[in-house]
Amino acid sequence: MSGMVEKRGLGIWLTHLGLIIGIAIICFPIYMAFVASTVTQPEIARPPMPLIPGPHLIDNYTAALTRGVNSPVLLMLFNSSVMALGITIGKIVISIISAYAIVYFRFPFRMAFFWMIFLTLMLPVEVRIVPTYEVVAGFGMLNSYTGLILPLVASATATFLFRQFFLTVPDELIEAARVDGAGPVRFFLDILLPMSRTNIAALFVILFIYGWNQYLWPLLITTKPEMNTIVMGIKQMFPSGDDIANWPVIMATTLLAMLPPVAVVIFMQGLFVKGLVESEK
Amino acid sequence: MAKIGFSNVRKSYGPTEVIHGVDAEIADGELIVIVGPSGCGKSTLLRMVAGLETITAGEIRIGDRVVNDLEPRERDIAMVFQNYALYPHMSVFDNMAYGLKIAGVPKAEIAERVAQAAKMLELEPYLDRKPRQLSGGQRQRVAMGRAIVRKPSVFLFDEPLSNLDAKLRVQMRVEIKTLQRRLGVTSLYVTHDQVEAMTMADRIIVMNGGNAEQVGTPLAVYHKPATVFVGGFIGSPPMNFLQAARLQASGLLRKVAEVGGAAGALNTVGVRPEHLAFCSEGEAVLSGKLMIAEALGAETLAHVELDDGERMIVRIEGGREVPAAGARVHLSCTSEHLHYFGADGKRLPD
Amino acid sequence: MHKHVVFNNRVLPYLLLAPQILVTLVFFFWPAGQAIYQSAYIPDPFGLSSQFVGFGNFEFLLRDRYYLASFKTTVVFSTLVTVVSMGAALWLAVMADRVIKGSSAYKTLLVWPYAVAPAVAGVLWLFMFNPNVGLVAWYLKAMGYNWNHVLNGDEAMGLVVVASAWRQISYNFLFFLAGLQAIPRSVIEAAAIDGASFARRFWTIVFPLLSPTTFFLLVVNVVYAFFETFGVIHTITGGGPQQATTILVYKVFSDGFVGQDLGSSAAQSVILLFVVGLLTVVQFRYIERKVHY
Repeated sequence: MSGMVEKRGLGIWLTHLGLIIGIAIICFPIYMAFVASTVTQPEIARPPMPLIPGPHLIDNYTAALTRGVNSPVLLMLFNSSVMALGITIGKIVISIISAYAIVYFRFPFRMAFFWMIFLTLMLPVEVRIVPTYEVVAGFGMLNSYTGLILPLVASATATFLFRQFFLTVPDELIEAARVDGAGPVRFFLDILLPMSRTNIAALFVILFIYGWNQYLWPLLITTKPEMNTIVMGIKQMFPSGDDIANWPVIMATTLLAMLPPVAVVIFMQGLFVKGLVESEK
Repeated sequence: MAKIGFSNVRKSYGPTEVIHGVDAEIADGELIVIVGPSGCGKSTLLRMVAGLETITAGEIRIGDRVVNDLEPRERDIAMVFQNYALYPHMSVFDNMAYGLKIAGVPKAEIAERVAQAAKMLELEPYLDRKPRQLSGGQRQRVAMGRAIVRKPSVFLFDEPLSNLDAKLRVQMRVEIKTLQRRLGVTSLYVTHDQVEAMTMADRIIVMNGGNAEQVGTPLAVYHKPATVFVGGFIGSPPMNFLQAARLQASGLLRKVAEVGGAAGALNTVGVRPEHLAFCSEGEAVLSGKLMIAEALGAETLAHVELDDGERMIVRIEGGREVPAAGARVHLSCTSEHLHYFGADGKRLPD
Repeated sequence: MHKHVVFNNRVLPYLLLAPQILVTLVFFFWPAGQAIYQSAYIPDPFGLSSQFVGFGNFEFLLRDRYYLASFKTTVVFSTLVTVVSMGAALWLAVMADRVIKGSSAYKTLLVWPYAVAPAVAGVLWLFMFNPNVGLVAWYLKAMGYNWNHVLNGDEAMGLVVVASAWRQISYNFLFFLAGLQAIPRSVIEAAAIDGASFARRFWTIVFPLLSPTTFFLLVVNVVYAFFETFGVIHTITGGGPQQATTILVYKVFSDGFVGQDLGSSAAQSVILLFVVGLLTVVQFRYIERKVHY
């Protein structure tokens, strides 16, 4: 509301109209995907495809979930969940304990470790694809959950976020805890961890989306269809050559692939926004 | 319950020494207030007792044990912090119980001890609340409760009342004192507020620039300040000071042979505002102009500027008549009320 | 940066740091080192031995027509993605900032595309523009425009830009809206009393005050376009036609995995390392400035 002096009459309605048009454009691809997931293959193959949903929603989703094209989508959803949760929980655990070490202890090479973690910001997986793939292949981690998760669990961003938060925790709390007889482990578990709840939750939302949406990495690491994650599996559903793709099933899969992260964003919008803003500080 | 002993306690941060050797013995059950301006090292001294700061040199004893190298939890102490340091995510009950839980005290006993403390501090209705749902005074009590339930042999208070408003501060200061009496636990209490020091302490340690300038009962400190600093810091309004040479002609300075800058020689004379009185020109020891008179009801504080520009404060009873502002006034006092200090600021023998 | 009160423990901090440092060493520093090492060699076609060529791979790359084209493609692509997504987001944010009622509902309706994976965004837009079955492609054809991004490089670029920008609008919108709402109302009211029209107020007051947000988003969007749009390109065009949409990151992938040209791919990785380093420095300069702002 700050951008404007109070607006009356026609102007405000035009603004609403503009917003609605903008939202309609942005939502249109999703709507088309939804319509496609409720009609039959021939209806799409003879353009123009219908603009209103058809009666085949249950058929298409059942077909996708139980059979899919190369492997059942249900299995891909499971793989995606394992990968996303593994990355999310892994990153949070690893980052919160390293931030704890860096903030609450003094020890030789502390700053060296700090900079080492910092430098990983400059090494996104896209940049070091081939050699990272070779390392993972060398460990025999291809087509495994470990291979999908482990190389992605280091997180400079999450470490900095926790460090930032720890620095705002008053020193007296750690002193009170020491007088109460708490050592470093108890202080972490009983005091610091519960106090970090909101930060952990916000980070969880952001990292879950990050993990779920991984594409290039699973594309390289999983060669067996039964290890495919849903986001990279969609592309594998397109036939090679000139065969017509099974669009209703592909679109059903596409919607299933976006459902978990979108639901997380919509239902945890507050935490999501907090996570975005905090992780950019 | 325990005695506390300080022997030549020193603290340095790198090359900077901030506490220059403090010696003091505190008896069992005593409430000692450490008072001084900010930066005088009083909090550091307290935190060294708590084990939150290391001791660079010297020795601190609690009971019969030297505690220099003991962890805070091994020292049998409890501490009340300036900002209370309550655990924000725990209920009042859990805040008080936390130390006991860590110590492995059985659940039933924890509940009993917390209940007892809560009753004593009138916190019973709030046990399920979180700290943020409490008022400042209530948080203060929770911090007290957390200390009490541990049944420690020493209480440490680090400016516990400075975040409260004036009215609550007066009330809490009485409560803390009463509670300490009742429990009989040896206590160290740090404050910058000399009124708190005077009203609460069995004995006061006045600190300045890393030194303990004086250790004594409130009245001893008030009536026989060991240094110019103590005279100026304890008492409100503070003691008036004059160059001794000014009074040489008055005939008031008895027993002191020599006035001057040499060691052991009399340099500064102090007199409390209540020991100055208005008088006629003939009896005058000092003369000047009345700048302003602050009528406080029970007493009036008259600010007088002497002829050489020096300012003095005179405290007189509220009912007395006070000369008009701007009037020329004359002040007198008696020799037994004068405090003598050497050039090094130390009190000279009477 | 420092706590005054810390725990004394010789072993614990190292144990706490161990997992992060191990993962970092094994999956970040070791591969990065490998990339630098491999960039100086050319392996023989059977992968049995390799020959040291020093900066040979780099020299070759900088004379390689396709690589230079890929550089240009990346610049065009990132510029377009940044301009389109930031422009659309600013427009929406200004409107959402104007309405009092329903502002949070609009926000909810606009934030979710951020949660859609780039690869999924690619599939969504591919479906609408597919030359055979796509609805938009069909309507374009009906209007006399023969859309075929599979053959036309400019159309392919347009499509990957729109799909990439579409997903990023939410992010930009959130930050623009927050930036707009942080501008003190009194400043705008003062301008209104001074008689400035809405457009004038926007360009002379609101937009300059928004510049920290704009600059920050600029960097974020460029980074996004450089490194995170792989999924969009892989699903929609596969880098084609004739490498028209092969951005640098895509080329590292296709040369390394499809073309099996490991030396060149490694050299490209090293060049990208420098690009990321540069962007990170820019970002940090910005953060420093933000602190002083």
